Amino acid sequence: MARHVVAKVDELDIGKSKLVKVAGRDIALFNVKGEFFAIANRCPHEGADLCRGQMVGLAESDEPGQYRMTRHGELVRCPWHGWEFDIRTGKSWCDPARTRVKSFDVSVASGGALVEGPYQAETFPVSIDEDYVVVEI
Amino acid sequence: MNEMIRSLGKESRLSTVGGIDCDLHPASPATTTLLPYLDDYWRETFVMRGVDRLSLAMTSSPAHAPINVRADWRAKSGFAGDTLETVRSQALDPFGTRLAICNVLHGSMIMHSDDMAAALCGAVNEWLAREWLGKEPRLRGSIAVSAQNAELAVAEIEKRADDNRFVQVLILAQNDEPLGRRRYWPIYEAAARNKLPVCIHAGGSNRHAPTATGWPSFFVEAYVAQGSIFESQLLSLVAEGVFHKIPELKVVFAESGFTWLPSFFWRADKTWRGVRAETPWVTEQPSDIVKRHVRFTLQPVEAPLETDALVRTLAHIDCDDILLFSTDYPHAQFEGLNALPAALGETLARKIMIDNPLATYPRIAADFGKEVSK
Repeated sequence: MARHVVAKVDELDIGKSKLVKVAGRDIALFNVKGEFFAIANRCPHEGADLCRGQMVGLAESDEPGQYRMTRHGELVRCPWHGWEFDIRTGKSWCDPARTRVKSFDVSVASGGALVEGPYQAETFPVSIDEDYVVVEI
Repeated sequence: MNEMIRSLGKESRLSTVGGIDCDLHPASPATTTLLPYLDDYWRETFVMRGVDRLSLAMTSSPAHAPINVRADWRAKSGFAGDTLETVRSQALDPFGTRLAICNVLHGSMIMHSDDMAAALCGAVNEWLAREWLGKEPRLRGSIAVSAQNAELAVAEIEKRADDNRFVQVLILAQNDEPLGRRRYWPIYEAAARNKLPVCIHAGGSNRHAPTATGWPSFFVEAYVAQGSIFESQLLSLVAEGVFHKIPELKVVFAESGFTWLPSFFWRADKTWRGVRAETPWVTEQPSDIVKRHVRFTLQPVEAPLETDALVRTLAHIDCDDILLFSTDYPHAQFEGLNALPAALGETLARKIMIDNPLATYPRIAADFGKEVSK
């Protein structure tokens, strides 16, 4: 496992996503209410880019005609067929056991800390007075 | 894959002895026959208006269409099953039927007037109880109601609910609106409350064209269209959340066919994944809900029987609880006594004939329990 600096914190606003390439992998990075999450970008259904999906809440119901929206912005809907994936875990809502994408650990680190510790930032210049998103692969 | 379905093979003719026939049709009664079962208001106005001279049989079931009456069952009158004696000698004795559920297909269920519909449904049910159920212990009945006025339908269900010879509620597949809509829920709630499955039988009001693309010209189109009508109704019941709201409800599709289920399941389950947030009460894939709540009468079997098409279709459906034995008497769906396609195999055939009906109809299961304890 290695830690990869993939973005500056301030380049991904709340409710936004972007594609990052890390160690040869396409990874969809999301900012959910200020927390960062990373999942494999390729939808297991037909291969669409999950980083292009809408970030949505979880629609639930106690009975027909009752609607409840929770976990605002914590799911991504695949842009092609609308399958929902939990951004926190990579599991699909409809078939969490079998239909899922890999989820990666993400942390935020200051440039100062990154300069001291071991990290992979070959393509990413780090400045000690900014914060960075770090993905562990 | 399901154990029983995996072991299906070709066997010689399967015996129907001891089976529960879940779709048998006594001939639709003539209007004059129903007059004694109507109250004095309806009796007099029917005679005054000449309604008693009209046939209120459904136009989708003309007696002289070959499919509606098997040739060797046709009486001189042109009908079949118009006397208790012929039903005994043609539909019960030869098959060794233990119990048969009578679905009387009569226009009462699709009248434009809510009140006339309710009066006629009440008359048909009373006629069935007195002339058939009261005279032949092997017969059970369906409470026919008009779905268009749920309040009146519920009143008829409650009126018959204490009579355990009635084992289900009967409505037709084509109505004013898709059957999952909330206007119909009181009917389903009343049925479930009284341990009565709701049978949805092919046919209906034709107030909408029977195909989604407009009015067809020929019977062949109208008959084949029944499959897509049932698909629409099945998905309406699931999507509108009927089974979530009334988890104890069982629905029986009669004369719907069932070989369309595999492609329906694939399409419904796949599409649900993408749009399920519209119906957040549907928290399982539609096929799982259908397999738990909906049953399908056996005849007519649409698959060609000389190939293994039926076996492969059942393998795709992958649920040996889903079929209920039926002869669909007197409709011409098979020859002789071959109501059970050989491809079913003995074990599954027995389940379809006995176990599945008992699991579907609590009132029949209670009868069987009493017999065993005697």
